[in-house]
Amino acid sequence: MTDPVLSVENLSLRYRVPGGSLQVLRDVSLSVQPGEVLGIAGESGCGKSTLAAAMIDLTGANAERTAGTIRLSGRDILSLGQADRRRMRGRDVAMVFQDPMTAFSPVLTMGSQLVDFQCNLDGVSRREKSDRARAMLARVGLSDPDLAMTRFPHELSGGMRQRAAIAAALLMRPAVLIADEPTTALDVTMEAQIIHLLRELQADYGCAIVIVTHHLGVIAELCDRVAVMYAGQVVEEAPVDALYHDPRHPYTRALLACDPARIEEHTGRLPAIGGRLPDLTAPPPGCAFAPRCPLASDRCRTLPPPRVTIGPGRAALCHEVAP
Amino acid sequence: MSSAGRKTVLGALLRDPMGAFGLALVVLFVAMALFAPWIAPADPIKLNVTQKFQPPSLDHLAGTDQLGRDLLSRIIFGARTALSIAVTSVGMAGLAGLILGMIAGFGPRWLDAILVLVFDSLSSLPMIMFALAVITVVGPGTGTLILVVVLVSVPAYARLIRAQTLALAGADFIVAERAMGASGTRILLRHMLPNVVGPLVILLSMDIPVVIMLEAGLSYLNLGVRPPTPSWGNILYDGYTSLRSAPYMVLVAGLPLVLSTLGFTFLGEGLRDALDPRLKGRGHR
Amino acid sequence: MLRYAVKRIALAVVILITVMLAMYAMVFLVPGDPASLALGPRATPELKALLRERMGLDEPVLWQVWHFFRSAATGDLGYDVWSKRPVLDQILEFFPNTLILGVAALGWALTLGIALGATAVVWRDTVADRLLGILSVGLISVPAFVVAIYAILIFAVWLRWLPAIGAGNPGDPLSQLRALVLPAFALGVGWVGYLARLVRASLLEVMGENHIRTARAFGLPESRVVLRYGLRVAIIPTIALMAVGLGSILSSAVFVETVFGRPGIGTLITGAVQKRNYPVVMGTVLFMTAFYLFIVTAADLLIARLDPRVRDVLRR
Repeated sequence: MTDPVLSVENLSLRYRVPGGSLQVLRDVSLSVQPGEVLGIAGESGCGKSTLAAAMIDLTGANAERTAGTIRLSGRDILSLGQADRRRMRGRDVAMVFQDPMTAFSPVLTMGSQLVDFQCNLDGVSRREKSDRARAMLARVGLSDPDLAMTRFPHELSGGMRQRAAIAAALLMRPAVLIADEPTTALDVTMEAQIIHLLRELQADYGCAIVIVTHHLGVIAELCDRVAVMYAGQVVEEAPVDALYHDPRHPYTRALLACDPARIEEHTGRLPAIGGRLPDLTAPPPGCAFAPRCPLASDRCRTLPPPRVTIGPGRAALCHEVAP
Repeated sequence: MSSAGRKTVLGALLRDPMGAFGLALVVLFVAMALFAPWIAPADPIKLNVTQKFQPPSLDHLAGTDQLGRDLLSRIIFGARTALSIAVTSVGMAGLAGLILGMIAGFGPRWLDAILVLVFDSLSSLPMIMFALAVITVVGPGTGTLILVVVLVSVPAYARLIRAQTLALAGADFIVAERAMGASGTRILLRHMLPNVVGPLVILLSMDIPVVIMLEAGLSYLNLGVRPPTPSWGNILYDGYTSLRSAPYMVLVAGLPLVLSTLGFTFLGEGLRDALDPRLKGRGHR
Repeated sequence: MLRYAVKRIALAVVILITVMLAMYAMVFLVPGDPASLALGPRATPELKALLRERMGLDEPVLWQVWHFFRSAATGDLGYDVWSKRPVLDQILEFFPNTLILGVAALGWALTLGIALGATAVVWRDTVADRLLGILSVGLISVPAFVVAIYAILIFAVWLRWLPAIGAGNPGDPLSQLRALVLPAFALGVGWVGYLARLVRASLLEVMGENHIRTARAFGLPESRVVLRYGLRVAIIPTIALMAVGLGSILSSAVFVETVFGRPGIGTLITGAVQKRNYPVVMGTVLFMTAFYLFIVTAADLLIARLDPRVRDVLRR
């Protein structure tokens, strides 16, 4: 195995909120190999977007890292100075945001923004940057890139904006592309097109992609490996086929059972996981999923669950899973 | 608000350097106004023509004016003039706003519509133009000043009270209490006042410097407080007419005006930070 | 859109009429009359009657009101009681001076206010931000006419750099410009603080938006993120507010104009108030209120007409 291009080691992060702190990430470890597509799945509030933001060092001002490191191409990014962290953005790691409607400045043209976004590309003139942007817009499938360059974001359709966002992220050929819910704001047809585009671009450019989504279908179509998150922890990690065919963690099973695409028999109602997410200002001492888990025993409620290695590249955070 | 609540407001105010500075200045000027006859070294109105245009000295710490009156005494009594006008007019406006706002919020629809139109009209008037128009009609003087301030600042208070009243008027517990025969006005006062005290105090304290400025400005134009009553505006005017020969006059008369408006504004800002839960992100709303 | 425009304009007209009616109500309700006030206690009854006639006060009050509105609608604001000149002529003679002063004051205040507000955001939550905040509040609370007097003392009397009074010689732009500097400075000081706070608040709100995060995600330097991506959006509501600012700064120019003895609406109306020149005061108040309402309404309509996307930005 080669060295991972991005690795998160024992990362814990909390948000300071009125009256305490929210422990949004608790001892998270993940790694991404060059060219690999990793999916991060989970319900809203599980910390997956915070993890994505942390990977590009864009957590808010009220976030505080309490432990762990993030390595990008071997460098510990959190120990770098402000200027060095800024230099690596867009070049080593780039991000595609969830809502293409609001991801661009409403008062600047697409062209000038795409040129601005190449600010970490040294020794290239504005003209060349503009040409690169135009070429990349064409590559992501905008039919008239010259026109798109002169448009304001709101003058493009939602699908075009999302393509432009992907183009922006790929402008500097980053080693890792992070996509936070890249298809959530789009309709089904558009979603299929964007997934297709991402797969194509991944094949062309060979960059690693981290896709954060609550949509298991997207992961099944795009990813090599999946990490399932619950209450700020990675509860199961597995190759994508293995996870779908043989989910081991009770939470993963529940999550898959709730995916409408996977319900085979005809029922009148959507299944849902009973209970609620735990209070992250004071996480329970035992397994966070225990109150909602059908298999939970006493030790689940009192002891933190162990990380059980199940097979090559497979692990789960659970008392009840046998290796 | 409980006394413990008050303590934390005062504590928060004192922890904030700006608020503490504002409070100190305000206390200074209020003391000046209250104890003017005891603090002032001389009679502020007594003429002494042989002593005219004396620059600041040990005898007259701030010098004397064109009629030989002691400037420091005039400034100290000027604080009394400025603050009494400001507090009276803002207080009256607050009371009128409370009553009108409750009428608008709780009264019949048509009355509400008329009142809102009147508020809108009043607040879309440029304040100084309005003041000048009223002075032409009524004649200058302390009473006119107070009238102008009340008319101009009532809309803001009335709007605040009206919004609170409307929010409360439909609440279930009010309807229930009314059904049980309690008087609407009493219920409203009891439930609404605790909610509006904070914003109202902030609004009032922010308006006091505006009134001080208006009083000084109009008195400067000889359209406010009538001489010989000492007013910072009158002193500034006297100083302005002898700017070249006695520049110390405007210098010493401008200072209390700047410091008092600064003090009240800082205090208002500090109060807002201490009282407004939305800005501090804690407490309930 | 048309319905909104009609509604907005109708509201402005109603407010204007309400204001003038209120003025008349006051004249009618207040004991004594403007003519006696103007002439003082020693005036003869004949003189009072003459002045009352000139002020139009001898007619029944409702007739006065009707007469006033009818002539005001045709641009006739009555005649100066003392000089018999038409009031509108005087207003139109002095108004450009006041307008120039207001625009100059707002212009420099806007420039510096935006710069200070943006600086505070670039350095947010630092000592510099805090100091700028205190400075802004301080500037807001300093009375403009005190600044004016101090400015005359320092720059005109002591340093002799700039003229103390007047609006410069007619036909000599340089002298007019020199005469504009101190009044515009004094009038704008408070607005610098106000605008700095406004820009800071508006900018901080914009800085929480997604497109700012995008700009940061591509490693744009913070200053560039604030100035190019934040300020461009944050400035729109500020500019819209400038219309209201212009409307109110022209009225508050009264004190500054008087201190600098600068011909303008302020000196016109204060002179008229001091001489109880009733028609001039009423006409000027009507004119300034109408101008203010016109500007505010026009700004509102213009904003509503703008591109819907920009409208969304404005509504925040």
